[in-house]
Amino acid sequence: MSVGHTLLGLLESGPRHGYDLKRDYDAKFGHDRPLHYGQVYSTLARLLRNGLVSERGTEAGGGPERKSYAITDAGVSDVEQWLATPEKPEIYLQNTLYTKVVLALLSGRSAQQVLDTQRSAHLAAMRTLTARKAGGDLADVLICDHALFHLEADLRWLELTAARIDELAERVRS
Amino acid sequence: MSTAALLSATGLHKSFGPTEALRGASLCVQAGEVVAVMGPSGSGKSTLLHCLAGIVQPDAGATYYQGRRLTDLTDAERTALRRTDFGFVFQFGQLVPELTCVENVALPLRLGGLRRREAERAALAAMARLEVDDLAPKRPGDVSGGQGQRVAVARALVTEPKVIFADEPTGALDSLNGERVLRLLVSAATEHGTAVVLVTHEPRVAAYSTREVIVRDGRTTEQVVA
Ligand SMILES: Nc1ncnc2c1ncn2[C@@H]1O[C@H](COP(=O)(O)OP(=O)(O)OP(=O)(O)O)[C@@H](O)[C@H]1O
Ligand SMILES: [Mg+2]
Repeated sequence: MSVGHTLLGLLESGPRHGYDLKRDYDAKFGHDRPLHYGQVYSTLARLLRNGLVSERGTEAGGGPERKSYAITDAGVSDVEQWLATPEKPEIYLQNTLYTKVVLALLSGRSAQQVLDTQRSAHLAAMRTLTARKAGGDLADVLICDHALFHLEADLRWLELTAARIDELAERVRS
Repeated sequence: MSTAALLSATGLHKSFGPTEALRGASLCVQAGEVVAVMGPSGSGKSTLLHCLAGIVQPDAGATYYQGRRLTDLTDAERTALRRTDFGFVFQFGQLVPELTCVENVALPLRLGGLRRREAERAALAAMARLEVDDLAPKRPGDVSGGQGQRVAVARALVTEPKVIFADEPTGALDSLNGERVLRLLVSAATEHGTAVVLVTHEPRVAAYSTREVIVRDGRTTEQVVA
C-alpha cells in the first residue's frame, strides 16, 4: 500500500498536523499495521521535497509534530493519477506451498498432510476474520471480506491440488 | 469417547450397491458446537449427515444421540426424535409448495401436536428473527430463493432443536443472503447451545464453524475412540 498516496488523499479534505494525519490513517487503514511516527514524518518529508505538500504555519515551539501540512496542486494531480492507475493483478502462485507439496511427494512424505495442515491454518485465520466482522463496523466488514475472499482463493487452490495429488505424485516421481 | 458428546458416530460404513459411500467415518459433536464437514464432492459428506440424523441406517458402526444408540430405536422413535430434537436445512429449501410460508414453518410444531394458533404464533416469531415474517401468507413458489431459504431456516429453528443439520445451506444463495442465514444459525447455536453440523465446500461458510472435519473417501479426519 502506498502510504504517501494515502496521506495525500487524506490531506485533500484539509491541512493536518502530522500527528492527526497518523491518527486518521490508523483509524481508517491501519487495522493491522498502524503507522510509526517515524514513517509519517519521513513520508511527509519526501512529499515536501517532491512539492506534493507544503508546510503551513509552524506553531511556537515547532517540532515536526507542530507543523501542519497542506496538499499542493501537484499533490492533487498525483493522487488523481494514482487512483486512475489499476493495481497490478497479483499472480499469486503459492510458491512455498507448491514447493512443500512437491518436496513431500518426492521424499515419499504425505503431501496430503501438508495441504491439511495449511487448510487448517487458513481456516483458523478465516474464523478470526469472520469473528471480527461480527463485532465490527462497515469498514471492518469490508476489509475482512477482502481478506476472506483472498484466503478462500488460496484454499480453492489447495482443494484442487489435493484432488490432483495422485496425478502430481506420478509426475513428480517419474 | 467423551460422555459429554451430544451426538457421536463411530466406524460408520455405508454402501449403495457397489459404491462405498462411508468407510469407517467417525464424528463427535458437543452441544453448542458448529462443526463444518468439508471434503471433495462424492466423499460421503451428505451420507454422513444422513446417518448422524438417523435418516439413513449405516451398514456398520453406530450413532449415539444423548447416549442412546440410534439404531436401537424403532422407526417411529427415530421419526419422533427427528421432529423434536433435530432441525434440517438443505441446499434447496424443500418447503411444501401447497402450504403458505407460515404454515411451512409451523408444520413441525403441528406434527408435534401443537394447535394451529400456537404453532403459527411461534412460527411467526421464528420468521421475524429471519426477517421473513412479511412473507407469511405467501406460498414458497412466490418468494425468491434467498427468502425461501430463510423460511426454511426458520422452520429448522422453530422447534428449538438440539441439533441442526445443514447440508450446503447457502449453496443456492448470494454472499449477503448466505451470511445472514449463517449468522442466524450460528447465533442460535451460541444462544441456545444448539449444535450445528454444517456440510459445506465453501471455506467462507466453514469459517463460521468452531471446528472442521474433513471427509475423504468415506473416512473422516477426526478419530473418535469408542
Ligand atoms: N442414495 C444413493 N444411491 C446410490 N449412491 C449414492 C446414494 N447416495 C450417495 N451415493 C453415492 O455415495 C457417494 C457419497 O455421496 P454423498 O452424497 O455422501 O457425497 P457428498 O460428499 O455429499 O458429495 P457432494 O459434495 O457432491 O454433495 C457418492 O459416490 C454417491 O454417488
Ligand atoms: Mg452432498
